[in-house]
Amino acid sequence: MTLGRACLFLALAIAPIGAIASIYGARTGRREWVAVGRRSVYALAAVLTVAFAVLESAFLRSDFSFEVVTTHSSIATPFFYKAAAMWSSQEGSLLLWMWLLSLWSSLVLFLTRRSLRELAPYATAVLLGFATFFGALVVFMANPFQLLDPAPSDGTGLQPLLRHPSMMIHPPMLYSGYTLFTVPFAFAVAALITRRTDAAWIRATRRFGLAAWTFLGIGILLGARWSWSELGWGGYWAWDPVENAALMPWLAGTAFLHSFMVQEKRGLLKLWNVCLVLGAGILAILGTFLVRSGILQSIHAFGGSTLGKPFLGFIALLVLGSVALVMSRRDDLRSPEARSYSPLSRESIFLMNNVLLVGLCFVIFWGTFFPLISEAVTGNKASVGPPWFDRYTVPLAIGLVFFSGLGPLLAWRKTTLAGARRSLQGPALFALVVVVLLIVLGVPAGKWTALALFGGAAFAIGSVVQELWRGVSVRRAQAAESPPVALVSIVRRNRRRYGGYIVHVGIALLFVGVGASAAFQHVRDVRLSPGQTARVGGYDVHYVRATSSVGPEKVSLGAVLDVSKGGKHVSTLRTTRGYYPSSDPTAGPVGQYFDGDSTTEVGLKAGLRRDIWTAVQPDIGAMQKMVDGIDKRFPLAQGDTQRFLLTAVSQRYVVAPPPAVFRLIVSPMVEWIWLGGIVLGLGALIAIWPPPRAQRRHVVAPSWSARLGRELSRA
Amino acid sequence: MQFVLVMLVLCGATALMASPLYSKVRGADGQDAEEAALEAARDAKFREIRDAELDFRTGKLSRDDYRALDSTLRAEAIDLLRRLDAVRGHEEQAA
Amino acid sequence: MDPRRKRRIRLGVALSAAVMLAAGLIYTSFSAASDARTPSQLLRTAESGRSYQLTGKVVPGYRVHGDSLDFRVRDRAGGSSVLVHYTGEIPDPFKGGREVIVTVRRSGSRFVGQRDSLITKCPSKFSASKGT
Repeated sequence: MTLGRACLFLALAIAPIGAIASIYGARTGRREWVAVGRRSVYALAAVLTVAFAVLESAFLRSDFSFEVVTTHSSIATPFFYKAAAMWSSQEGSLLLWMWLLSLWSSLVLFLTRRSLRELAPYATAVLLGFATFFGALVVFMANPFQLLDPAPSDGTGLQPLLRHPSMMIHPPMLYSGYTLFTVPFAFAVAALITRRTDAAWIRATRRFGLAAWTFLGIGILLGARWSWSELGWGGYWAWDPVENAALMPWLAGTAFLHSFMVQEKRGLLKLWNVCLVLGAGILAILGTFLVRSGILQSIHAFGGSTLGKPFLGFIALLVLGSVALVMSRRDDLRSPEARSYSPLSRESIFLMNNVLLVGLCFVIFWGTFFPLISEAVTGNKASVGPPWFDRYTVPLAIGLVFFSGLGPLLAWRKTTLAGARRSLQGPALFALVVVVLLIVLGVPAGKWTALALFGGAAFAIGSVVQELWRGVSVRRAQAAESPPVALVSIVRRNRRRYGGYIVHVGIALLFVGVGASAAFQHVRDVRLSPGQTARVGGYDVHYVRATSSVGPEKVSLGAVLDVSKGGKHVSTLRTTRGYYPSSDPTAGPVGQYFDGDSTTEVGLKAGLRRDIWTAVQPDIGAMQKMVDGIDKRFPLAQGDTQRFLLTAVSQRYVVAPPPAVFRLIVSPMVEWIWLGGIVLGLGALIAIWPPPRAQRRHVVAPSWSARLGRELSRA
Repeated sequence: MQFVLVMLVLCGATALMASPLYSKVRGADGQDAEEAALEAARDAKFREIRDAELDFRTGKLSRDDYRALDSTLRAEAIDLLRRLDAVRGHEEQAA
Repeated sequence: MDPRRKRRIRLGVALSAAVMLAAGLIYTSFSAASDARTPSQLLRTAESGRSYQLTGKVVPGYRVHGDSLDFRVRDRAGGSSVLVHYTGEIPDPFKGGREVIVTVRRSGSRFVGQRDSLITKCPSKFSASKGT
């Protein structure tokens, strides 16, 4: 038994022991057993770190005695991709999931070791319950330490499509998001079990929820970015089931991050909050399940694996358990009767926000699982495509972006009509000016959804700018600081508020990018020979010459294109299609390259105003006769001979290239999506960053009011 | 070598998990936990007071509404400070 | 107004909106959906002019001519196959033996793929475990 495998067995033993110890300690009041439970989580993290290090080192050393290394890496795989190849496999990705879970669990239990005395043991048990499930998977069904004897001399390499930096960071980001959502989930369950449904559990886990949301959001955007810049179809989102599976917990998390503030301040929306956080946790497991189950047709659904049934059982347990808990504790989740709020209040907006986000989540859930629903209802599997999703998500998104601008302008509990008018007029006017300007600049009024989205985004950005301006003015009046210093001061003293506002700006920018690129994209598929020109979106794209290269791993055929507008040179684009050899023993030395995997290198000129995108599809059919002839004459060619033959074919392609098909896209403001993501991340970081600890010093003061005043000024 | 490493990991994990059973768990933990909860509630209340002031100064709340809200929040904050003092007073006595 | 009554009104409005959205959703999903079919199902039941989502594995030996592709799709477990003529973007992972999803309409004895509807599933890296 290897060290790594032993660590997995150990982890599978530690998790349930720790869970039982925690519950025993909580039920009997024996604190030492609660501590045993907490330290079990630390021990789990330590043991899994060893297992992770063993597997990672095997990948970096190209140790092909491990099956997973052989099937997902090779000697020729670049170092960076070797390091990340671990989680391109089922087994390695499950180990990563479990390891991240143990790290976040350790962190939250360390931070709450002196607080939440009643909740922490049950939360520990829930977190260790997750670890037990994943531990059982990696021990009994997906062993990352399966050995090969004899060990091969080389591996099969990493799937070519995954050789992109975004794709390597994408899984750790997603899994960090999923695993971080288990933290507020666990504490919500603990709060329900102990009937401690006040805001204490939320305060303790707020940052974990926000971190989960941030990581998951970045993971989703990285996947979209990879799709745009690496795949040859020219899009970034396809409403694919696995894409949707990551978006749903993110939406539930977004709703939770807003409505928990209402519970924190007013003790309201308790039922909403537990349902949202339990839903986000379950949806996170559902997302992990969808990728591995093969139950839905998806570009990502990597065939069927045997893990579908255990996951389904676990999800059923989570759903039934959550429903039972919420129903049995519904009396403890009732809001205090006396605490109402005006329709013109932040509470109202957050409630509307919840409704829209949950509605969006439901639409996506329904569309994603429709094949299974239709099969259950009609006996036929049927699916809905992107137009169906767009029909419902676009209006909901417009509503959301509008409310994201309205929320910051209203006060908690009540805003007077006069106050609301005063706050709204600036951003509303800005939004109107933007919409009118867009129409004047040529945006057709018929594209009303795009105009509404741009108007909503302008409103949201305008409201944040106004809030920042007003905050700076207040600070300057109080402290006589210069505007930049005052800005830093107010953000530092109100991180949650202004961090949230910056996130809103990021979302608005993202929506602008999505709206513009969806509504005003120009796409053309053209067949060109060298010297020919095509026109797309006002740009002239001239096919200059064909290119080719023969590398150690692949043969690439491509093109150089010159892009100009109004006679002025704009950019030179280079696009290639790489052909990797198949492992089919009957394929010839040259033919095997055109029978195997291929990847597209997109030609991309990115810019804030627009992206110009192109992908080439060489006509291999036109070269088939030549390839077949060479394979027939030299069926056993290898090494230098094979390389010579490949070079001959590729040079022939350059000298006499057949017409190639190009997809040409001019897409406005796509980069705003990624820019919005960066701004969103920055805002989230500000909101997460802990404020300086209030000094713990006993203040002597003549009265409570005076003492409160002094403590407030120091806080 | 693998066996030695496995045994090391096993012993380390066992020692870490079992250590609370052999060392004294501080009796003051309970009060520390209550104090931490009150401090968190106090900090949240201070945030609410500052938020309300910022809402007033940025024109979202009328003066009358702000005064009413501020006095309610300050009363709640003073109650929290009192409870915090009581817990800390018990702590000092226990020490 | 009594807070309890306010709450009930809000709940009523929200539930009504939710029911309306759900009804619209359900109706349009059933009417706008494409039926999924395997090759053998398609051969038995496909009607001319109606679109279907064909799922199956690519039979090796397909031909590419420019941006058009003639390929056969067979049932996952082998057996029947159908000929598809497709025009549009050919996904990078497309090759013989891979699982594909493509929207098709019947045209005589063959099926015509809807432009740019061809999806190739990523090659399986999450396949069934070979044992522990």
